[in-house]
Amino acid sequence: MADSLTCECACKGADGAAPSEAELMKRLDEVLDEHRAQPGGLIPVLQIAQAIFGYLPESAMRKIAEAFHKSFSEVAGVVSFYSFFSTVPRGRHLVRVCLGTACYVRGGREVLDALKKRLGIDVGQTTADRRFSLAVGRCFGACGMGPVIMVDDTVHQRVKSARVGELLEEHS
Amino acid sequence: MIACKINGLSVEAQDGATVLDAARAAGVRIPTLCFLEHQLPTGACRVCLVEVQGAKALMPACATPVAAGMVVTTNSPRVRRTRRQIVELLLSEHDGNCPTCARNGDCELQRLAEDLGISRVTFEGTKTRAHSDTSTPALVRDNGKCIKCRRCVTVCNTVQNVGALFPQGRGFATTIGPAFERDLADVVCVQCGQCAAVCPVGAIQETNHMDGVWAALEDPTRHVVVQTAPAIRAALGEAFGYPAGTRVTGKMVTALRQLGFDAVFDTDVTADLTIMEEGHELLKRLHSALVDKDPKVALPMFTSCSPGWIKFAEYYAPDFLPNLSTCKSPQQMFGALAKTWYAQRIGKSAKEVTVVSVMPCTAKKFEAQRPEMTASGVADVDYVLTTRELAKMIKAHGIEFRDLPDGKMDDPLGMSTGAADIFANTGGVMEAALRTAYELVTGRELPVKNLHLTPLAGLTGIKEAALKIEQALPAWSFLEGVTVKVAVAHGLGNARQLLDRIRRGEASYHFVEVMTCPGGCIGGGGQPRFTDDAVRLKRIQAIYAEDEGKTLRKSHENPAVQQLYREFLGAPLGHKSHELLHTHYKPSL
Repeated sequence: MADSLTCECACKGADGAAPSEAELMKRLDEVLDEHRAQPGGLIPVLQIAQAIFGYLPESAMRKIAEAFHKSFSEVAGVVSFYSFFSTVPRGRHLVRVCLGTACYVRGGREVLDALKKRLGIDVGQTTADRRFSLAVGRCFGACGMGPVIMVDDTVHQRVKSARVGELLEEHS
Repeated sequence: MIACKINGLSVEAQDGATVLDAARAAGVRIPTLCFLEHQLPTGACRVCLVEVQGAKALMPACATPVAAGMVVTTNSPRVRRTRRQIVELLLSEHDGNCPTCARNGDCELQRLAEDLGISRVTFEGTKTRAHSDTSTPALVRDNGKCIKCRRCVTVCNTVQNVGALFPQGRGFATTIGPAFERDLADVVCVQCGQCAAVCPVGAIQETNHMDGVWAALEDPTRHVVVQTAPAIRAALGEAFGYPAGTRVTGKMVTALRQLGFDAVFDTDVTADLTIMEEGHELLKRLHSALVDKDPKVALPMFTSCSPGWIKFAEYYAPDFLPNLSTCKSPQQMFGALAKTWYAQRIGKSAKEVTVVSVMPCTAKKFEAQRPEMTASGVADVDYVLTTRELAKMIKAHGIEFRDLPDGKMDDPLGMSTGAADIFANTGGVMEAALRTAYELVTGRELPVKNLHLTPLAGLTGIKEAALKIEQALPAWSFLEGVTVKVAVAHGLGNARQLLDRIRRGEASYHFVEVMTCPGGCIGGGGQPRFTDDAVRLKRIQAIYAEDEGKTLRKSHENPAVQQLYREFLGAPLGHKSHELLHTHYKPSL
């Protein structure tokens, strides 16, 4: 599943140009043909769809619901349950701050506040230049290294709130 | 059988029984909130916690299977304390406003708080965010009152297969509702109201039509008539303390008169009319298929009395829309006739007559507002009260229902037959249709005991029957030797299964009855709470007793129906019928 989480396709088409909405939908159709109505397939397909579009547009969720013989409300329930899913377009880089118990007591909250201040956005928002989106999670499974943040697929450990600026600079 | 102990009593539990099942069978009451019979337990509310010897934590009785030698205590101080705490927590976030809530006095959370002796809520916390959804004609959702027991989610998804409601978000911020906290009108909802029927609190209710009815009754310039669906008479009594299955037809008529209606009529009369129209429609389709060999004729024909089913078909089964009978429902046929034929008889125009329906149903509120339902030039039905709303109006009017003498419906639209009565339960419309169709075709009475088609009765989800036509009258000779195959489904989940079977070619029928709600209209979304299978069966029994108590038990024998054809409509499927009593439906989405 990890493969499908990395952004293979949202950024550029074969000719280097950004792919059109219709092209992205075609890719989703191909994915659905492979996974259609597979028991337990809903969440993996939502993950792949999010990788294709960069987020989960309503048209994609409705198509997925139909393919899995589920109602739109049920798919929406699953999407809104998991903080890894987003229904709004995200920035080029996703910064996720862990607020699980271990990270929280070791300064996760301060790291989050520093990031909010530095980026000028709140949790769930995207910077005006579409460079960063900010999200929180509850435990990334790296409690011994807290406080932890993830930028895209990279885990950064023992993050200090004073140094979040440098960390962000690495991502253009 | 599994031997266990509950509160010191030795109990033999059925194999596979839960602690809750075993306790109930042994006469031990354990309170529940999220529990629904026949459904997988969600264990969401924790109100049924019990102490199981050897287990560290308290266990939810609804989700804990009985094991051999299990020792259960349902009423220890620890259990009592914990249950109180759980209900106090529910109350702390419940935006209740009990004295002004429509569920005041009919609320499971209120009753639970009383039973547990909760006199104050010790927790102070944030209230659930209130959001009132009035986007549909039939239902109102008030999220602030929702306690997230998820019964509505189970009926909407598992029983009805509609999928309008689902938990959205997570944790304290979870709301129960349509996708991304939108309104019901933004998703597929057939407005059957089964969610409102199982909601323990005031979070889902029918849209209030009582105020409109009071205003019409007060207006001296209006002629206000009321029609009552067959299912009301077998359930209204429950709102006044009668046991389920008590027939209160006569008291209901007297109460309606005392409320001030100018005429008290019976939807039964147009149920009988539906049989005449629908029966002839079926025979016409059979003729097209068998004699004309018309490949386009849509069979099986489906009944069209149940507006939730119609909406379900428009959304989920557009391929079957040509199969729906073009007959309007009895409610709408009644409205169309009350504002034309009846209005003319009393020298009034359609605009001067107000038609009020009393229905066991919430979807009927939606149906009355459909743009197709204006055959008289104005809305044919103005207001639709649920059984619960009628009970409230009777109480508000100061009527002592239990002391009322029996009254009789007015002529001519108050005449009914037993065939119309059984429209109230699953299998009833089919039985009524076959009583008339068989006799029409053969000249002989339906050859079954007491006129009942027993394979079509009862609460099995999908039922089938076959009837061979022999010695048909000359006019119907094309049916000689034909075995007419029929099916009945109730609950939309069952209807969907039946449609799938037909689509896959695994089953074929000539005529199919679909009722939206489990048990049919007697289990409708507007009936007194709480409706479980025991209650459904008692109401069904009452309806069959009503049928058997009548001299006239076949729709074509109804004198009012005969008069209508003689004086106004001409013949079944005639020009006037098409104008007033039939319609067509279009796919949605």
